[in-house]
Amino acid sequence: MAETTGNGKVVRIEVLRYRPEQDEEPFLQGYDVPFTDDMSVLQGLQYIKDWLDGTLSFRWSCRMAICGSCGMMIDGEPRLACKTFLRDFPAGTVRVEALAHFPIERDLVIRMDDFLAKLERIKPYIIPKEARTLAQGEYLQTPAELDVYEQFSSCINCLLCYAACPQYGLNPEFVGPGIMALLHRYNADSRDGAAAERMEIAGSEAGVFNCTAVGYCSEVCPKHVDPANAVNQNKTRAAGDYFLRFITPKGGAR
Amino acid sequence: MNTSDPRRPYVRPMAGWWRRNPFFVEYMVHEATALFVAAYALVLLVGLRRLAQGEAAWNGWLEALRSPVSLVFHGVLLAAFAYHCWTWFRIMPRTMPPLIFGGKRVAPGVITACGVAATTACSLVVLILAWGATR
Ligand code: SF4
Ligand code: FES
Repeated sequence: MAETTGNGKVVRIEVLRYRPEQDEEPFLQGYDVPFTDDMSVLQGLQYIKDWLDGTLSFRWSCRMAICGSCGMMIDGEPRLACKTFLRDFPAGTVRVEALAHFPIERDLVIRMDDFLAKLERIKPYIIPKEARTLAQGEYLQTPAELDVYEQFSSCINCLLCYAACPQYGLNPEFVGPGIMALLHRYNADSRDGAAAERMEIAGSEAGVFNCTAVGYCSEVCPKHVDPANAVNQNKTRAAGDYFLRFITPKGGAR
Repeated sequence: MNTSDPRRPYVRPMAGWWRRNPFFVEYMVHEATALFVAAYALVLLVGLRRLAQGEAAWNGWLEALRSPVSLVFHGVLLAAFAYHCWTWFRIMPRTMPPLIFGGKRVAPGVITACGVAATTACSLVVLILAWGATR
């Protein structure tokens, strides 16, 4: 247990704190945390909360890199706190801040309203191409059809890619990498029939063309989703839709 | 900072964002190499203008290209072009739909390598043609 971590190793965890009811702006607060080699940064924060300072706020749930709650800036990089280990900071200090590019709600907790609103807008569920009755059985899919979207379905909404995207930081209207990965996940699914509708968002002013191919989003993604690929595949598609509407009677996406 | 919201969410400034992470610094450097591409386009444009102005002007331009300053400048341009090309093909696998070859996805490294190889081959062909034409 935390209080008996006894191999003598101590790490200094510097946390960017912000308590809206009393602080004008965030400030760094340091804590000395005894640790063992199997402890994650998240466990370090839990030690602080349990033993040193109960006022510290942060999000977590699964502590196994699947719920997507514990994203934060760790020494300046967007990472999952439960998937980053204290032993990997040999200098003996580690700085922890709320995810970049999002408003800070309190301490390490960010405000994700913007992301959730965007998520709702892209209709992140399958809208069947053809209605089938139960009697007609399931919608079948070949392994090749699955392969086209499978990686994008691994997204855990951790928002690390948003903290890695300067274009989102500069213009929060931009739908951003994670949402585009999910949009693509449904558009590329052979059972889905709502691609044209979702492409309205991808091709809009706030859409894919805000991306300048920095590519850091795909580097930091803990689930190898490659959101940059989703964004860029849809640049081609959105451009195609734009030109198609001049030559097809009903138009492409619009 | 949003003062109209009682929860007072704190919005951090973006000023100097590209200096915050080595990845962004490298991004700015490789984007900046595009300016070298533009600079060389200008050199060629000036050449075209000199050509239109007659033989003396054209020969003057050729002479200027042979000056030590110009040679060093071209060396710098070549290095910047090479780096620009490498970073362009490095990001390329992320920008395209999956490439299926023989039932399997082509690995990103292979796509980058093919791009760089094609550029090298084209550059060599142009070099050989230009060499032949100017002798
Ligand atoms: S694409 Fe990756 S980094 Fe972005 S939200 Fe999904 S899992 Fe997280
Ligand atoms: S606690 Fe669930 S991803 Fe880290």
